[in-house]
Amino acid sequence: MPRLSVWYIRAALVYLLLGFTFGGLLLFHKGVPLHPTLWRLLPAHIEFVFFGWTVQLILGMAFWILPRFAKPPVRGNEPLAWAAFIAINAGILLLAAASFLPGSGWLILAGRAAETMGVIAFALHAWPRVRAS
Amino acid sequence: MPALTRWFLRSALISFILALLLGLVIAARAPLNLEFPASAFSPVFFHLFMVGWVAQLIFGVVFWMFPKYSREQPRGSEALGWATFWLLNLGLALRLVGEPAQVLAPSRLWGWLLAASALLQWLAGMIFVINTWGRVKER
Repeated sequence: MPRLSVWYIRAALVYLLLGFTFGGLLLFHKGVPLHPTLWRLLPAHIEFVFFGWTVQLILGMAFWILPRFAKPPVRGNEPLAWAAFIAINAGILLLAAASFLPGSGWLILAGRAAETMGVIAFALHAWPRVRAS
Repeated sequence: MPALTRWFLRSALISFILALLLGLVIAARAPLNLEFPASAFSPVFFHLFMVGWVAQLIFGVVFWMFPKYSREQPRGSEALGWATFWLLNLGLALRLVGEPAQVLAPSRLWGWLLAASALLQWLAGMIFVINTWGRVKER
């Protein structure tokens, strides 16, 4: 497994841990009320499970298993895929922070923008590798 | 394909079908004028899809295909893998019953059933992370 895939997949596992913890607290609270402010965890729960865990695991696997090139760099433009990793994680953290801050419209916009740039960077990296091997 | 992966994938497929059948009933409510409390079942629909189908499919494939943990334990702890499977599915099944019941007829029983569901699924997630972490490594 290449180093960047290790980073993507370990980050995905950390977000799975956080996403399940927030989700577990919310479900517990639905059954046995703990504290009303727990509902503020909901946007972060969704972001962690969807983008943090599922999307990042897929991107890490894709970087690992998509066809490689015969000549180095065998996985194509690696700096683009690293940039995608940084942008996507910055976006997730900004969006999670926005869950807890009032009037955080700009934070949400910045988070979504970072995620979008990350996804575009990953698509540019992956595009030439999607071919008959 | 190892036995645990077969269980994960078959259970994932069942969850996928159940999620879509539930989604079908929710979608049919308005055009067919069904008296169906969609809001009580929507979270179950989402979690059958994202936990029962997506996460469980990933868990099964990861257990099967990720790099070997060691020569003696190539897939990490099989016992922890099975614990993940049973905790996740039992937790999800309790949610399937407890969540709509708690919305439609709240009671202490349904409430604690939901709390138990939360604990079981959370434990499943934590055990999966613990058992998988050591297999995410450079060759």
